[in-house]
Amino acid sequence: MKRNAEEQRLSTRHITRRALILGGAQAAFGALLVGRMNHLQVDQADEFLLLAEENRIKVRLLAPARGVIYDRHGRILAGNEQIYRVSMIREDADDVDEVVTHLRGLVRLDEDTLQRALREMDRRPHQAVTIADRLSWEELSTIAVNVPSLPGVTPEVGLSRVYPLGRDYAHVIGYVGRVSDRDLENEEDRDPLLQTPQFQIGKIGAERSLEHVLRGKAGSRRVEQNAAGRIMRELGRTPGQSGKDVQLTIDAGLQNFTQARLGLESASTVVMDVRNGDVLAAVSSPSYDPNLFVTGISVPDYAELRDNDHRPLHNKIVQGLYPPGSTFKMITLLAALEAGEVSPSETFYCPGHLTVSNRRFHCWKRGGHGWVDAAKSLRESCDVYYYELAQKAGIDRISEMARRLGLGAAHPLEMTSVSEGLVPDRDWKRTRRGEEWVVGDSLNASIGQGFVLASPLQLAVMTARLASGLSISPRLVRSVDGQARPSGVNGPLGINRSLLDLVRDGMYQVNNSRGGTARGSRFDMAGMKWAGKTGTSQVRNITAAERARGVFRNEDLPWNRRDHALYVGYAPYDDPRYAISVVVEHGGGGSKAAAPIARDVMLYALSGGIPPLDAYPRGQRGQAEALLSSLNLNPELGQGPGSSEA
Amino acid sequence: MSYLEYNVARVPQGLQKVLAMNWALVLLIAATAGIGFIVLYSVAGGDWRWAEPQMYRFGLGLGVMFVAAMIPIWFWRNVSAMAYGLTLVLLLAVEFVGSTGGGAQRWIDLGFMRLQPSELMKVSLVLMLAAYYDWLPPSRVSRPQWVLVPVVIILVPVFLVLKQPDLGTSILLVTGGGAVMFLAGVHWAYFATVIAGAVGLVTAVLQSRGTDWQLIKDYQYRRIDTFLNPETDPLGAGYHITQSKIALGSGGWTGKGFMQGTQARLNFLPEKHTDFIFTTLAEEFGFIGALSLLVLYLLIIAFCVVSALRMKDRFAALVTLGIAVAFFLFFAVNMSMVMGLAPVVGVPLPLVSYGGSAMLVLMLAFGIVQSAHVHRPRAAGEGRLLRR
Repeated sequence: MKRNAEEQRLSTRHITRRALILGGAQAAFGALLVGRMNHLQVDQADEFLLLAEENRIKVRLLAPARGVIYDRHGRILAGNEQIYRVSMIREDADDVDEVVTHLRGLVRLDEDTLQRALREMDRRPHQAVTIADRLSWEELSTIAVNVPSLPGVTPEVGLSRVYPLGRDYAHVIGYVGRVSDRDLENEEDRDPLLQTPQFQIGKIGAERSLEHVLRGKAGSRRVEQNAAGRIMRELGRTPGQSGKDVQLTIDAGLQNFTQARLGLESASTVVMDVRNGDVLAAVSSPSYDPNLFVTGISVPDYAELRDNDHRPLHNKIVQGLYPPGSTFKMITLLAALEAGEVSPSETFYCPGHLTVSNRRFHCWKRGGHGWVDAAKSLRESCDVYYYELAQKAGIDRISEMARRLGLGAAHPLEMTSVSEGLVPDRDWKRTRRGEEWVVGDSLNASIGQGFVLASPLQLAVMTARLASGLSISPRLVRSVDGQARPSGVNGPLGINRSLLDLVRDGMYQVNNSRGGTARGSRFDMAGMKWAGKTGTSQVRNITAAERARGVFRNEDLPWNRRDHALYVGYAPYDDPRYAISVVVEHGGGGSKAAAPIARDVMLYALSGGIPPLDAYPRGQRGQAEALLSSLNLNPELGQGPGSSEA
Repeated sequence: MSYLEYNVARVPQGLQKVLAMNWALVLLIAATAGIGFIVLYSVAGGDWRWAEPQMYRFGLGLGVMFVAAMIPIWFWRNVSAMAYGLTLVLLLAVEFVGSTGGGAQRWIDLGFMRLQPSELMKVSLVLMLAAYYDWLPPSRVSRPQWVLVPVVIILVPVFLVLKQPDLGTSILLVTGGGAVMFLAGVHWAYFATVIAGAVGLVTAVLQSRGTDWQLIKDYQYRRIDTFLNPETDPLGAGYHITQSKIALGSGGWTGKGFMQGTQARLNFLPEKHTDFIFTTLAEEFGFIGALSLLVLYLLIIAFCVVSALRMKDRFAALVTLGIAVAFFLFFAVNMSMVMGLAPVVGVPLPLVSYGGSAMLVLMLAFGIVQSAHVHRPRAAGEGRLLRR
């Protein structure tokens, strides 16, 4: 059919018109696209460039080496060891199960770690997850050799905290552990290092209180990462800063000896240098191996520590609070003497008890001490004498003297949970108990019973202050990064020297005179004597019925109801160097349970090694030899330099 | 029987046809494909693994274009209905023997290449509609029964493609077919009605979500959601659009330089060698590079339109314009998509994206455009013409 030419012409014109309309629409849309390009690529270019850089560049933190902790002679107490581990990236392992099976054939794999790692890999398939920790060098080599057949597996070398002297330092240094959710919630510590895997943070003890010093600063590595999180290349590296090294005042040999000497007793001992406050040994027993906590302690191991009635997890040095018992008597005596309420030679009669406000207060010696003066009151630890003094001096003076001697205050020591203890006074009883102070309270306080509570550290500080006449504060950190910390001397105590000498003489008699409660623990050395004071603190009230029956011999009671045994002392008597406090929980009497320990430790400190047998009274040498040779000491520390070097 | 056949007194013969081709268009196409090779090489991280096969395909495509150009345009008109029917059969066939890729049934594996009948349909549909309007006297074009016929012609393949499901191609077919009807002179009112209806349908689709009569698949809803608000889900469904915009924007004026695009090289971009290839071009060559490609595309359209306007034949003009519109829709939808102006529907960038079917079909279409150009009737004195 031949087309009508007119129709053809019309249709062509029609097409032309519509083609131009459509062409125009296309051009308009083209302009829209150009506008959009301009908007994205010119107007917002900077913003998108930044986003693109954020996409590709990731900053990986490099964990700094944690500062090393040394003892005063440079022995490593807390160091870092290289550990070998194996990490795996799920994305790179074609078949995870197959790779794990192969790996299991090569080395031992800890099932718990492995299962946790597999779960984490499911969540983060592009990131390296540790699947085996703390491998031996041989195991790591085996894996390294087999890496070609273990896709996604990388052997790694890292640093982990290690405590070479283990249990000696569980309470002083504490331990580090994995960063917990609670650590992350700490507002004051927003260090991004906490987010890095396998990072270790101080949990308790010096590790925690010196965390800011020991941690160091993170280095960083700028890497280019692809969308799958795989590192393509390294763009740059900023070196970090290792944590600062810390030197403690502790003497590792003395610490080790003390720990061994306390054995399995629930006890605590602090040895201080009275001239500068250096804490040479601070031991809480029983102890535990802090290394267990670094790797993550097992549930049964932890339960055993937690449920032990000797409370090994409890840092008795600063957390243990005990009625100081008769070790408090120096304070009462000084308070009364300084106030001029009694003179040193003034005597009181002790019939074995004293009745005040219709209440009968007993002396530990049922038959009484007869006429007692100041020196005898300390030597034989007469309670009635102090009941008399308490009524004359009053609680306010006694409390004030106790505080001056370091009780009732938390000394700023680099440990955690340092207790204040308790020095009671009228205000305290009114606000805390809602009761008025009665004279009986003063009587109890005067012999370190009742409300008074002190920690072994405070008792050692008290002794150091008595021995030196200086206001000594304990110092645990000797230097940080080579910079010495200020010594613990804060000037004189401000107590009349003749009064101090009187008290010291009383303490000398305790250890050396006939009738002294710690005479059995005297030194038998020419020119070397020491002074001290025993204490026995009741953990319960003795009922009148028991008293009547006479059944309150400690040996007859169950362990946890026996008295605490305490002892404080210093040596040498004529030129004091060291002060010591010993508390043996439920140990019975201070003279029997605490003083012998103090003597052994003190002799170790003085001689710089195992105490020489001739320092013991002749009759005790056999026994001492047997005891000393039975101690399980660390042989590497025994022959080390003595503590005589300041 | 068209006007053409009676007015071919002056049509080039033999090798003269080659000279009579629209060489400017050939050069533009080659330049565009060349940009594609460069970007594919870069996107592969300096590797030929995509650029090389793409070059072979383009070479093959050029051959297809030349052969198609040599074939007289009236032959193409005569086989239009057959081509359309055959493509429909292939579309039906992928329902049963098609292979799945990207979650949808799209291709038939021919051994040496994967044939996507939906790609072929883009050309077949234009041919079919052009032939229909060539046959239909212009006076009847706007009569309802004669409007219904092309609507059916369009909707049957659209239905099949939607079932694959391939929303992107469906949209291209509907708009491309509609554009041919518009060019053929169908009355304005029909388009107004359809647009109003489409708005109604979109509303219905959105309203039907989560009900028993839900009209499209969940993943398509999610694409709509992320298109409307990509930032709400930057690591999930909005990831593609967000990363694509970052790549584009970070290019700036002049781009990061050849092979320096970090977004593509580090795999932040999805489908970096296919649907999202434009982002890499824009990232590495900046606003200037992206604009250059757009200008090349618009020039291709312009040359087609100019060529079509000189044609006296209704079929030739409709086919040329229809293919130009289809080509326009291709890149317009793709660019809108990667620039965050349209939802991600899976339309490749024509001549640039890695892919066999699309390239070959497009070159075939340009071959037909060339055939229309070569075989157009010429006025006396135009060109050096031979008597028949």
